[in-house]
Amino acid sequence: MSQTLQIALIPLLPLACFLVLGLYGRKHLSSSAGIIGTLSLFISTLLSLQTAYQYFFVSGKVNGVYQKLVVFQYNWLEFAPDLSINIGLMIDPITVMMLVVVSFVSLMVHLFSLGYMKGEERFATYFAFLSLFTFSMLGLVLSSNIFQIYLFWELVGVSSFLLIGFYFEKPSAVAAAKKAFIVTRFADLGFLIGILTLAFYTKTLDFGLLIERLSTASPYLTDINAATFLGVSALSWGLILVFVGGAGKSAMFPLHIWLPDAMEGPTPVSALIHAATMVVAGVFLVARLFPVFALSAPGALQIVMYTGAFSAFFAAVIACTQTDIKRVLAYSTMSQIGYMMFALGVSKYGGEDGLGYMGSMFHLFTHAFFKSLLFLGAGAVIHMVHSNEMKDMGGLRKLMPITHISFLIACLAIAGVPPFSGFFSKEEILLAAFESNRLVYGIALLTSGLTAFYMFRLYYNIFWSKPAELHGHHHGEGTLTMKIPLILLAVMAVVAGFAPIAKWVTSDGLPIESHVPITFSILPVTLALAGILLATRLFKTQNELPVRIAQQMGGIYKAAYHKFYIDEVYLFVTKKILFNLIGKPAAWFDKNIVDGLMNLLGRITATLSDLIKGIQSGKVQDYALYFFGGIAGLVLVFIYLWK
Amino acid sequence: MLNEYFFVLKAEWMLIAIIFLLLFLKVGTSDWKNETLLYGINILLLVNLLVGFFSNLEGGLFSGMFHNDALLILEKNILNIGVYLVSLIAYPWLKKHEHVLEFYILLLTTLLGMFFMISSGNLLLFYLGLEMSTIPLAAIANFDLDKRKSSEAAMKMIISSAFSSALLLFGVSLIYGTTGTLVFTEITPLLNGSPLQLLAFILLLAGFSFKMSVVPFHLWTADVYEGAPVAVTAYLSVISKSAILFIFLQVLYVVFKPMSSEWYFMLFFLSILTILLGNLFAMRQTNLKRFLAFSSIAQVGFILLGLSAGSKTGMASVIYFLLIYMFSNLAAFGVIGLVSASTGKESIDDFKGFYKTNPFLSWILAIALFSLAGVPPTAGFFGKFFLIMAGAERGNYVWVIFAALNMIISFYYYLKVVKAIFMDPNDQPIEKLTVPALPKLAFVICLTGMVLTGILSWIYEYIHTLSNF
Repeated sequence: MSQTLQIALIPLLPLACFLVLGLYGRKHLSSSAGIIGTLSLFISTLLSLQTAYQYFFVSGKVNGVYQKLVVFQYNWLEFAPDLSINIGLMIDPITVMMLVVVSFVSLMVHLFSLGYMKGEERFATYFAFLSLFTFSMLGLVLSSNIFQIYLFWELVGVSSFLLIGFYFEKPSAVAAAKKAFIVTRFADLGFLIGILTLAFYTKTLDFGLLIERLSTASPYLTDINAATFLGVSALSWGLILVFVGGAGKSAMFPLHIWLPDAMEGPTPVSALIHAATMVVAGVFLVARLFPVFALSAPGALQIVMYTGAFSAFFAAVIACTQTDIKRVLAYSTMSQIGYMMFALGVSKYGGEDGLGYMGSMFHLFTHAFFKSLLFLGAGAVIHMVHSNEMKDMGGLRKLMPITHISFLIACLAIAGVPPFSGFFSKEEILLAAFESNRLVYGIALLTSGLTAFYMFRLYYNIFWSKPAELHGHHHGEGTLTMKIPLILLAVMAVVAGFAPIAKWVTSDGLPIESHVPITFSILPVTLALAGILLATRLFKTQNELPVRIAQQMGGIYKAAYHKFYIDEVYLFVTKKILFNLIGKPAAWFDKNIVDGLMNLLGRITATLSDLIKGIQSGKVQDYALYFFGGIAGLVLVFIYLWK
Repeated sequence: MLNEYFFVLKAEWMLIAIIFLLLFLKVGTSDWKNETLLYGINILLLVNLLVGFFSNLEGGLFSGMFHNDALLILEKNILNIGVYLVSLIAYPWLKKHEHVLEFYILLLTTLLGMFFMISSGNLLLFYLGLEMSTIPLAAIANFDLDKRKSSEAAMKMIISSAFSSALLLFGVSLIYGTTGTLVFTEITPLLNGSPLQLLAFILLLAGFSFKMSVVPFHLWTADVYEGAPVAVTAYLSVISKSAILFIFLQVLYVVFKPMSSEWYFMLFFLSILTILLGNLFAMRQTNLKRFLAFSSIAQVGFILLGLSAGSKTGMASVIYFLLIYMFSNLAAFGVIGLVSASTGKESIDDFKGFYKTNPFLSWILAIALFSLAGVPPTAGFFGKFFLIMAGAERGNYVWVIFAALNMIISFYYYLKVVKAIFMDPNDQPIEKLTVPALPKLAFVICLTGMVLTGILSWIYEYIHTLSNF
């Protein structure tokens, strides 16, 4: 099979699957839809792996440097004499890595959904939407030019809208889907204008040419730097606006407000969209244009860095206070993506200086596995207890051994405990931050500790905390197809850290030597362990407070007093200070101010629209008056004032 | 010579022939059933549409008063497609109507007027065409004979357009006063941007703006759109708007080329107002027809942005957008018209739960709305993207950002309708409707248009090669 065909088939198979299931699914394939979707994706995954093998080991390197290979290019449309739009497929290290991640995670989600969505009335539609989403995401990473990526970018938005709103009987799901769509549209507006700015000055939309023209000295670069708006060069504006688009999809502060609400969708959907694919699209986009950011617009890269660092910390604090397990995971995703963003921000281009870039991509890779594992695990738990709230859970470790173990592995991985995968990628990022910006390093370290704490708070609340209540009926752990993805992803969460990403995915295509000194790792790992210990102390057994009150009643006051004295301190520190003084205000700020600003914008528009209704009075004489007023206004402005 | 009179005017002759045929049918005593009549007329229109693609001749007639070139032929073909689609979607409504023949005679007369208008090389013929395409329209706006709102719409339309024509004529006379000629090619070199000429241009612009429903000259639109029968509304908002934009392109790009910096800022001014007010009004509408009316006002604001480029690319992107806009808008109007003709329901609330009972129509309407909103991969996305890209050529980022921002706002209200159709519950949804063959054909054509016009790049490229001035 020729390479072009092989790569083209990766996104085309899910597309074909979407068309078949979309057109005939409901009537003829209602029971086999899941199998068809999973099989087609299975082939896509195999092809992705094959492509990765070929690229990394056979054909990707020229003189030891991994190349951008445009395997297919078609001059789709000549927009103007000096600007044509191509449609193409391009592979380079990040694309290949993303192909593997997206297709593999999507396959796991498909498998899991076979069991999870069984019995849904719109089973076939669900798989059609999943296929559409996978197609869009694969198309996005393969895009060879910025127009094409925008197209797929929007398609990803549309298909995630369909998926989040899948339970359309629930008004909250509909509202969430709409919110996600509109908020990311706002961000896409930035992206669109960014594209127009870049295209206007460089006269090209192709990534290869665009990067070449903007990262090396060229007349185009001089032009775009010479043009300024509010004292900032057009290049910086263009890149910042593109980043705004990425920040919207990747849920960076303050455009993250759609993410927690989007948890209304089916849980496997969250595992797909909100762990490994759509939310990292922003990181992917910045990485795609990284040479331009790093070489020509370091100012814009600074913005990426601070936005990422702030989001990472902000989200981690909020995650400590949430009680809905999916929301904890949502904020955790935002926090981890913040990690990837600031890692790009602290990086430079080329050689060992590109450590941050490599770390970011590495973390993207490992995070995809353990985060989708966490979501799928949460899905299995929700499937079992029919609730998202922590208070309805507890003691599930005996009932769901596989979920329990895999969830634990994922928690250890995200907390950065060696030798799980998250440890390796996080260390690279921390080292890169340490070397270039101590403030960001500090934030990252703190976030890392918080991450360990809230993840284990989640873990203990689900699996320990209190003895399991056996409900009258329960599903057990779910079907075999639900267990297999958990096991496979757990394996990946352990071994992904050993993938030689440093050899493969670097800023300039040259392998770099990544060696994080053992001494460097001591501090982060200690912090992570401290977080875990704190969480263990607080949440492993059920909250002591009610027990203590009971004992007070019983009269064994003194012993209890001393026994719990130390816990009082813990409780004071965590509940009062961490939760009430930092977490709660942060959550409040998030809910009321950031969210509120968006609502305010909506309200202003609505009020304005209310104010002007008088114009449309229904009287023709009024219309004539406005007509005449329009002419008078034009005359006034253009004849008296302007001329 | 005779040959020339025949082939250069071919599109017009075709229409005249059909109009006369229908007139004879009317005068003669025929007691044909409406269905037969409608099928016959639609076949005639299809023939007319197909003939439009063959043996066309470019050239000028009547000493430059009338001219025809490849671009104009394309534009006439686009209008022919539009009229054919309108005729198809009007079927469920006309089937029960007593005056089918009159409807078509009036409708085709306006189309003939538009053809003369866009082919004109002289302000006189332009004015003649403009009036010919307006006055019969007021008559067919009144075609829901038993509805008061319909006659109100007709009244409002005729009064408002008389008013706008008067001012437009004043503008024409000022042009004549300052240049001494009415011929397009002779006017251009004599334009110097003097205040009197600027006033003349503003008056002309107001006349055009009235037809295109540009704010603040748009106020008649909502009332007329709401009152008129759905097919007529569709015709007004798509065909007549496209025709006037076609000639507006010529007037701006060719005739008033020397004043391009002046008209650029005027368009800027008007476009901002139009997009803003169109969007704000569209948001609060509860009647679907009114909703589409206002959203189509906002669409014109975007067209003005593309138009402002003043280049080949600008021209191409406007014509391209109009083609896509035609498919999308007619699909939307088609569904609404069908529902309105069968159940009388037109409000957004009535459409709640529409998907449960009418999945096919729901998908058509949803795709049309997505295309109007500009969501990929529908053609509407490409149309809008190209408009904005063409507009960006002049480097006026305030305008581009404003337009893009409003695109997002428009998403909100288009999505609201889609949400009502698919997601909102309703105890009494619109019952299952049978879609007659002719509207079904229209939906299939529109759907194909909405999907393929974006993807097939040669359509844009073809328009781009023809766009020359």
